[in-house]
Amino acid sequence: MENRSSEALPGEVIEMVTLTQLCQSCGVQTDWVVELVNEGVLEPQGPDPKRWQFSAVSITRVRVAWHLQRDLGVNQAGIALALNLLEEREALRQQLQRFGRSVPGSIVDADGF
Amino acid sequence: MDYKDYYETLGLKRTATQDEIKSTYRKLARKFHPDVNHEKGAEDKFKALGEAYEVLKDPEKRAAYDQLGANWQEGQNFRPPPEWDSGFEYSGAGAGAADEGAYSDFFENLFGRARAAGAGGQQRSRQEFHATGQDHHAKITIDLRDAFEGATRSISLRSPEVDASGHVQLKERTIKVKIPKGITQGQHIRLAGQGNPGVGRGQAGDLYLEIYFHEDPVFSVDGRDVYFDLPIAPWEAALGAKVKAPTPTGVVGLTVPKSAHTGQKLRLKGRGIPGKPAGDLYAVLQIVLPPAKTDKDRAFYEQMEREMDFNPRAKLGVK
Repeated sequence: MENRSSEALPGEVIEMVTLTQLCQSCGVQTDWVVELVNEGVLEPQGPDPKRWQFSAVSITRVRVAWHLQRDLGVNQAGIALALNLLEEREALRQQLQRFGRSVPGSIVDADGF
Repeated sequence: MDYKDYYETLGLKRTATQDEIKSTYRKLARKFHPDVNHEKGAEDKFKALGEAYEVLKDPEKRAAYDQLGANWQEGQNFRPPPEWDSGFEYSGAGAGAADEGAYSDFFENLFGRARAAGAGGQQRSRQEFHATGQDHHAKITIDLRDAFEGATRSISLRSPEVDASGHVQLKERTIKVKIPKGITQGQHIRLAGQGNPGVGRGQAGDLYLEIYFHEDPVFSVDGRDVYFDLPIAPWEAALGAKVKAPTPTGVVGLTVPKSAHTGQKLRLKGRGIPGKPAGDLYAVLQIVLPPAKTDKDRAFYEQMEREMDFNPRAKLGVK
């Protein structure tokens, strides 16, 4: 394995993955991913499972979904809810970061009159 | 090795019931799960909880652990008494392969044998067996500039491997990766054949790298769009101005329009992260007030106060 490390490896940016690639990459069963699609957690393009194309973000979603089920016993509906809330929280965190940067707040006690 | 106080990890008394152990573990696991809690230390805490629960949820393992006695302190140097576990049998095989290597020495010494024997048995099997190696996932954090210009980065990966004696060990290796220009947060790079090794003549799995950006003191990112705050003087805001602004790849000239206000966004189309389509770069205007430090400064403000018809609190209905 050492000889792998000598030169820089060209990375392939993933735009879309098939159902088979998605399942293999995340180490999960096909049926389980189909259930996630039915639950609306993933929205592949294409008419039927054989021709489904998933955006690369689906890899992250499937992995988080799997961890939530394996580690916390969350079911599919719970996973859908948790993922939505987690993504909403992340978006808010980023907004807050942008906003917080522009308002360097310091508190001064004011004299009321 | 260090003693682990599994009851303390869960915040429970040694007399806790199995139900209490389960509900406490579940509550804490939800709180510290690394996909839910991104704070530093959450992942370590989650692993420690998992290890404690692995022992305490199983009445056989718990009984064996309990008979070590209650006088040990967390972190205390510990050596198991000889034949400490005689009379106990573990029926559970422990955690799944994905979690191997995640437990402390303390756990591995006391409860790890069953798993190691199982894994070794598989390895020693004479039947020929080929399988593609598992894909490996890792995160890589790069600078925003790398997304604009491309870069080469070295990353260290740790993956569990089973050695000749059947023990699971974390092996570390370093690889260099070309980061292509135009990559953005949340995207994945695939490196074919860089995942876990295959079994027999099976191919190695692939390595997937998920891209994250380091927090930047100036720029923030939304998809391919990039934002930064651009401070301007009150007269620049009122009269309009031509100012210089930073971008991740150099300085650019910008025209501030007349009557600009705080929070107004000036868009530089296509100057965000490159791609098809490229993102936009937004300068978010922030009007900065000059401090009245000298008599002359104060005279300016006094003149404005006298001569300008302006009530900043008009909307609040007060003066």
